[in-house]
Amino acid sequence: MVSWKFWRRQPIPAVKAEKSDRGFLFFQSTSEVIRAEKVLKNEGWPIRVMGPPPEFRRGCDLVIEFPLLAELKIVGTLSAAGVPPLQAVPVSGPLLEPVNLFHIKDFGSFLMVRAANMKLTIDKASQVIVNISGGGCPDVPYLALEMVGKTLSEAPKPCHIGHTLCGYALQLAFEEVQRQCS
Amino acid sequence: MLMIVGTIPHQDFPLVAGEVQLCGEEISLQGNRVPINRGTPALIAAAIQTLKTLGQPPPFACLVGDIGRGVGSRKLYQHLAENLPQNGFHALVFHYLLPDVDWHNRVLFAVEAMSRRPTLIADAGFMYAAKMSGQAMEYDLFTPDVGELAFLADEEAPHPFYTRGFILHEDNRVPDLIARAYSHDNAARNLLVKGSTDYLATPQGIVATVDQPHTEALEAIGGTGDTLTGIVAALIDAGREIGDAAVLSARTNRRAGDLAQPTPATQVKEIIGQIPAALTELLQQANTS
Repeated sequence: MVSWKFWRRQPIPAVKAEKSDRGFLFFQSTSEVIRAEKVLKNEGWPIRVMGPPPEFRRGCDLVIEFPLLAELKIVGTLSAAGVPPLQAVPVSGPLLEPVNLFHIKDFGSFLMVRAANMKLTIDKASQVIVNISGGGCPDVPYLALEMVGKTLSEAPKPCHIGHTLCGYALQLAFEEVQRQCS
Repeated sequence: MLMIVGTIPHQDFPLVAGEVQLCGEEISLQGNRVPINRGTPALIAAAIQTLKTLGQPPPFACLVGDIGRGVGSRKLYQHLAENLPQNGFHALVFHYLLPDVDWHNRVLFAVEAMSRRPTLIADAGFMYAAKMSGQAMEYDLFTPDVGELAFLADEEAPHPFYTRGFILHEDNRVPDLIARAYSHDNAARNLLVKGSTDYLATPQGIVATVDQPHTEALEAIGGTGDTLTGIVAALIDAGREIGDAAVLSARTNRRAGDLAQPTPATQVKEIIGQIPAALTELLQQANTS
């Protein structure tokens, strides 16, 4: 028996600063954004991972929205952590919201979660990742190679070895599977 | 001749181009062997199986290692931009590359400089770049899944990761998503949408649907979209018209999946192994009807 349900991720608390007080940090690659996000969240900064404005889009991009008044401290923190941003730019228009809708499909013995274009399927009893599908960036086959056949606790997290938006989407699916199994 | 362009999930895999062979559960190109279990190697293996069944020679491929950092993809984009004008292919498939609009545009310029324009097929990251560039209609065929179709339908999304929720919710209304994608010129001249029902569409509307056999587990299996793209590309290369090839490929991919008797844990190499039997069966049915 297969069943479907939808799940909306808990909204990320919005940055409390006024729109004109927000900026975004631009990095060399998506993997650097993922590392910077981890550093800043561990330090408790009210930041969000977002899509860049059109003039900065190349095809597979993320930026970090941050309170502009804290630029010096945040850039310093990131530089000390080895992930200095290329540029800090004031926000002048709306940034793109990452997907926050999950599709969950129950196959009986298996559970599949889709976040954006990425799907992750596990064996419910063993918690072994049995398949990863979807996506179009080149780290998707690499992530599948590294993760399929391992349990949720053994598998490397996509945020640690992924480099693209597809990798980031897989991290969201991974976290949702963990939540479903907890 | 069919040319397949994509990446291999090994950082050190060199940039190689040439005829590619299927050796058991690996592809082989200039002495480099790669398992066929996912991504571009799965697409190539499906194409080889299809061409072999039709009595055609194997395809050419242009491959490079890339684990997502984009270094290999950029080398490949550059190679294509410099070398495509001197080559002739009947069909050209672009697959897993890091989406990059600037490089996409340079490759498209190189295609336009070819003496004979090949049939252009795009899937995965290259399809994302093609849509974002605003030049989707330059392509003959896109092969999105339903999630990627929602991305094509969202005129503001530069990547499926940013597809707006109200559009993602329309999963059960594929015809509306197809119409929306075409209304903003964000789809190729033909769309083969992979899903519980496969759709073939053009700017004029839905041309055909294929929904049998229906094997629920296939949705979870990584690579089943890659095999579909490989089969349709091979059929087009063998001379079939795009619409005819799309319908036959959808039927073949579904039948191969059915023959593998899959669970959500089945790996795509098991389905690839069933392609010759599935295609042979469908061709025989067509000959006797």
